[in-house]
Amino acid sequence: MDLLRFYARNSQEVVGLVWQHVYLVLISTIVAILIGVPLGIALTRRPAWRGTVLGLANVFQTIPSLALFGFLIPLPFLGGIGARTAIVALVLYALLPIVRNTYTGIVSVDPAVREAGRGMGMTDGQLLRLVELPLSMGVILAGVRVATVVGVGTATIAAAIGAGGLGVYIFRGVATVDNTLILAGALPAALMAIAADGLLGLAERRLAWRRT
Amino acid sequence: MTAALEISRLGYRVPGGASLVEDLSFTVGIGETLVLLGRSGSGKTTTLKLINRLLEPSAGEVRVAGERAADLPVTRLRRRIGYVIQEIGLFPHFTVERNIGLVPSLEGWPSPRIADRVREMLALVGLDAATFGARYPHELSGGQRQRVGVARALAADPPLLLLDEPFGALDPITRVELQREFQGLEQRLGKGMVFVTHDVREGLLLGTRIGLMQGGRLVFLGTAEEFRASRLPEAVAFRSAADPGPPARG
Repeated sequence: MDLLRFYARNSQEVVGLVWQHVYLVLISTIVAILIGVPLGIALTRRPAWRGTVLGLANVFQTIPSLALFGFLIPLPFLGGIGARTAIVALVLYALLPIVRNTYTGIVSVDPAVREAGRGMGMTDGQLLRLVELPLSMGVILAGVRVATVVGVGTATIAAAIGAGGLGVYIFRGVATVDNTLILAGALPAALMAIAADGLLGLAERRLAWRRT
Repeated sequence: MTAALEISRLGYRVPGGASLVEDLSFTVGIGETLVLLGRSGSGKTTTLKLINRLLEPSAGEVRVAGERAADLPVTRLRRRIGYVIQEIGLFPHFTVERNIGLVPSLEGWPSPRIADRVREMLALVGLDAATFGARYPHELSGGQRQRVGVARALAADPPLLLLDEPFGALDPITRVELQREFQGLEQRLGKGMVFVTHDVREGLLLGTRIGLMQGGRLVFLGTAEEFRASRLPEAVAFRSAADPGPPARG
């Protein structure tokens, strides 16, 4: 009840924070896809880079999120206080699942299918566009889904460096020992993660080729 | 009349490693089927891949319908050579129609012409277009899939067909069925074919000539009759493996 009253009284601010949160996750996921999918494809063409690139992406993933925000703040251009730093960090987090799944998805396409395609005179681009990407779409989308769900969670911490989002309520609630305030941020963030998971799961089932 | 395929002194050496094919020369005329027979690892599949440049030859020359393979852009060369492999490699996310129409569509044929051609090819391999055209490969039996594989290889009307143990993964009954049908096709199509197998009976049934490979070299090349009469140890070994017969001979 307290929560509903809180939302009613602060509706404008709530909508603003939800929007900020969505914005952080959306922009960072899109940027991560734009970097990660081509990078994953490049790895299938240059397997020698695989260890280095996946290793690096893995390092970013391993750094605790709050620490990563901390590392980025003093950096010129990328860092500072605010949304830009948060987006850079969220992109770095989202990269690993997207690059890894793109690479794995393409590599696990049946070699006989690939050989048939090349043997019939497909160019490398046609093989990628007509065969490899469609057949690995399910695996790639699964990576995007993981990246998005993790992004919704990590974006709550972005409030700590002044990027806004639903984390603002959580941090404020923790500081003032106000459970209603904590819930006001945590509940919609959780719902958002569940919704993103469900939506992208649906897209995955729709777009992925499967033998049923 | 130019031959469908001319190969002279073809060789392939793994970069920094062993030689897999050495000094290979043969010609396949139009309407002729050369069966390449040999044990696993004798260089049969490697030879096919050297012809369509899935592997680049390290020596010698390949000519397809008179043109030097090395001079053609590799995708153009491959679109002029039908290629059927044992695993078939049908695109699982394409319907039968789209699989068969692939090379014509890569070549930019107008779609009504592709549709006609697909129907024609399905009829050629004995599949009903209305029943099978819209199906996906996983909805077909092994024999039907291999028929689609052959139809796909023929779709752009290439002068040359390479077949790498196309019936190897089928059950014995379906295999014999397809061999018989293929025998009929060979005569009607008027193409040059190179057919790789390690099954002597299949080779003798389908080949106008037999080439026997051993250790990357062609150790015998001749008609089925000549092969039956050959005293070459590898030829004798292959014959006796196909037909064990009474023991204790020479």
